[in-house]
Amino acid sequence: MEALTHVNYWAAIALAMIGLYAIIAPSNLVKKLIGLGMFQTAIFLIYITVGKVEGGTAPIIDPAYDVYSNPLPHVLILTAIVVSVSTLAVGLALTVAIKRAYGTVEEDDIDEQDRR
Amino acid sequence: MEPEAQGPSAIDIYVDILLLVLLVAAALVVVTLRNMLAAALVLGIYSLVMAALWVVLDAVDVAFTEAAVGAGVTTVFMLLAIAATGRHEKIAHRRPLPAIAASLAVGGLLIYGTLDLPGFGDPEAPAQQHVAPHYLEHGEAETGVPNIVTAVLASYRGFDTLGEVTVIFTAGMGVLLLLGIARRRREGAGASEGGSEGERDRE
Repeated sequence: MEALTHVNYWAAIALAMIGLYAIIAPSNLVKKLIGLGMFQTAIFLIYITVGKVEGGTAPIIDPAYDVYSNPLPHVLILTAIVVSVSTLAVGLALTVAIKRAYGTVEEDDIDEQDRR
Repeated sequence: MEPEAQGPSAIDIYVDILLLVLLVAAALVVVTLRNMLAAALVLGIYSLVMAALWVVLDAVDVAFTEAAVGAGVTTVFMLLAIAATGRHEKIAHRRPLPAIAASLAVGGLLIYGTLDLPGFGDPEAPAQQHVAPHYLEHGEAETGVPNIVTAVLASYRGFDTLGEVTVIFTAGMGVLLLLGIARRRREGAGASEGGSEGERDRE
């Protein structure tokens, strides 16, 4: 079990790496936004992992339980999820505006049109 | 501390690892899919698996927010945007090497950083020591709310939530302005009415 103590962090880092790759490598702007969202969820996973207490339960006070996980990361991440959806909506609106102006959402094609 | 009294945690860690494997697999599928419609749907599955993982990690409030907002609203936004921008991703001409190098470098640094972190579920970790016990012990008496996440969100850190609402408001205005201005410029003159989603829907 000792080797498993950091597996959540490493999975989160794997997700962050996949997200970062998806921000840089694809030419499609929507795909980049998907990568951004994935990077954000990776950070959420790190926070929630920090809040987990062994043998604990959800932080809703009940006389039957006396060990609870840490509620503070949950509060922060609740806020962060809503903010991440807001930023995603603005990003997608920008993408739609770019599609209207350039007729494409592929970064390579947009660069080419700008060079002309 | 009597962890045995609250159920076995050994099974939890296997469920946890299974869900993490599913998450990484879904993430890889999303990145490799060229059909954006399929990618958006797999992203919805990714969010739903993430919601299940939040339940395993005791974050039930985060779980239903993720299921409603992450798997629900995000997928709807994605589908609307893909309907407006086209569902096929072009194959990029650029080399993927810089992207792979950047993500490997960041990943390596982050893994180096995790080596000093306390282990998963450690009750002696610094994060469990400072204000969190105060909220857990006195939260119900001070606010009258048994759910401590709600108590902190709405009472102790109400201003933080006000800031969050400001962000949502600003984002909503940003979306309206972006789509409204682009429409007006294209049509020459004019009236743009209706909500952001409605406008995106009509595209």
